[in-house]
Amino acid sequence: MKSWASRLALVPVLLWAVATLCFFLLRALPGGPFDRERPAASREVEAALRARYHWDEPLGRQYLRYLGNLARGDLGPSLKYRNHSVNDLLGQTVPVSLSLGALAFAVAMGLGIPVGVFSALGRNRWADATASLLTLVGVCVPVFVLGPLLVLVFAVGLEWFPVALWGGWTRAVLPTLTLGLYFAARVARWMREGMLEVLQSPHVQAARARGLGEGAVILRHVLPVALVPVVSYTGPMLADLLTGSFVVENVFQIPGTGAFFVNSFFSRDYPLMMGLVLFYCLVLQVLSLITDLLLRWIDPRIGS
Amino acid sequence: MIGSSSSPGRLALERFLRDRMAVAGLVVLVLAALAAGIGPLLLGIDPDRAGDLALAPPGAAHWMGTDIHGRDLLARVLIGTRISLAVGAVGALVSLMIGVAWGVVAGAAGGRTDAWLMRVVDGLQALPTVVWVMLGMTLFEAGLAGRFAQRWPDALPVLRLAAMMICLGSVSWLTMARVIRAQTLVLRQRPFLLAATALGVPPVRWFLRHLLPNLSGVILVYLTLSVPSVVLYESFLSFLGLGVRPPQASLGSLIADGASQLNPIRVRWWLLVFPAGLMALLLAALNSVGAGLRAAFEPRRVDGLSA
Repeated sequence: MKSWASRLALVPVLLWAVATLCFFLLRALPGGPFDRERPAASREVEAALRARYHWDEPLGRQYLRYLGNLARGDLGPSLKYRNHSVNDLLGQTVPVSLSLGALAFAVAMGLGIPVGVFSALGRNRWADATASLLTLVGVCVPVFVLGPLLVLVFAVGLEWFPVALWGGWTRAVLPTLTLGLYFAARVARWMREGMLEVLQSPHVQAARARGLGEGAVILRHVLPVALVPVVSYTGPMLADLLTGSFVVENVFQIPGTGAFFVNSFFSRDYPLMMGLVLFYCLVLQVLSLITDLLLRWIDPRIGS
Repeated sequence: MIGSSSSPGRLALERFLRDRMAVAGLVVLVLAALAAGIGPLLLGIDPDRAGDLALAPPGAAHWMGTDIHGRDLLARVLIGTRISLAVGAVGALVSLMIGVAWGVVAGAAGGRTDAWLMRVVDGLQALPTVVWVMLGMTLFEAGLAGRFAQRWPDALPVLRLAAMMICLGSVSWLTMARVIRAQTLVLRQRPFLLAATALGVPPVRWFLRHLLPNLSGVILVYLTLSVPSVVLYESFLSFLGLGVRPPQASLGSLIADGASQLNPIRVRWWLLVFPAGLMALLLAALNSVGAGLRAAFEPRRVDGLSA
């Protein structure tokens, strides 16, 4: 297992590799972002545009300029939203996506962990029923199916919640559930498996033999160890949460990063696209490092 | 492998057939594949032909109703299933080829080659895969599609599907590579492979005759498990509009069409419920076949699906 420090040092290297790859792949494409169905007003206008975004410079120089700006944290101007820099757009959209992601994460953990625990203990019919239902959802109802179906039933049919947009808790319910339920299913499954394994282990038997109450055994001796698979699942889960958020933001028309990311493909807004790719890579790397630290804290055997 | 009743393949088959969920999944899959394969011919309705009756609810003339252009939804769902399943199957095959090649080379070479190959897998795993598929599709649309559109406009939809299969296959081979490498490392130490190495069997023959037959169970299991994930990614892309383009349909784009018709004034549930239901059914079937095969080939392993 690689040490934590060396993984931290790899993050900038990875970001550089991603930035370089994206830069040259996108620049290799024929046709620029300034090509429209109707031709530009005039050659002068087009030349001015190219000059403004430094597209008239040699490729190597543009690349160095991009890297230089990147090192200072400047992702450049957006091509579609003319008066905004990519940093501006990120500043506006990231809080929205983060709160959606955090809420969904809370649903996944808050629902998944208790369901997993109780269904592993096998004493609660409700937990078993919820667990089977959740598993079914987790296996065969992906986010882009669940979202529209929830809208159909709870927003269009029952009119309990608004159909779309963001702001206020009523608007947050359906998107959060759409994104969270899928992952709650996965969390419940890992939690259940972790519990079942730990319940068999000698240290739990020893705790019982010492005459500890069942509640204390589970809280102190089973749960912390059984959490390990769930915590190690959070890494891949966060990546999938990101993917899911593209769909959820699309279905509910939430102005988050995912919506802008998908749109940047249609408008060929390359700086925005690259900025978001880099942002996603950074976020995933940082979160997976945090997950790793957390795992080592829970289970000191890992990484030693 | 199938011969005497005690061969591993036969035993796995027997275990698989005892698993009711898996057999049910297989039946659903075969039915869906038949419906998608020959259904459109039997139905005889052009899925792209616009009709006069727009947004008609399900009835005798149109069993699943019609969409906003008056196209028959059943015909579109059948053709969409065909595309989704085809992309899933071929994409999984692409990922299989990359994953097996990568895993076998890493496992058989060992040492520094192995370390580097697996470091690449670790690195790729840390990146958001869907983002790469989206970038790949953009490169195709902006780079190749324009050129092909001028020369062979009719071939463009097929090319786009091929691009999608390659993109999806080339990001979903990581698990396969890991599993194949691990299995190769174990098998390499078995006496019969050591003997083959000692006798100087050439590498290609060593791989094809001695290693591959013993990997086939694992390959089959992970192939089946990667089909639903590729189907899911394809639908995800098409849902966002980055996959198949209209008038072509896949289950993902049909679900997106249905979702766009959701409003509190008039409920056109059939546009969403039929494609979404079929998608859910297919995923359930694919997953249960995969889980059944895994249980059949790796009976000792506790069923712990990797996410």
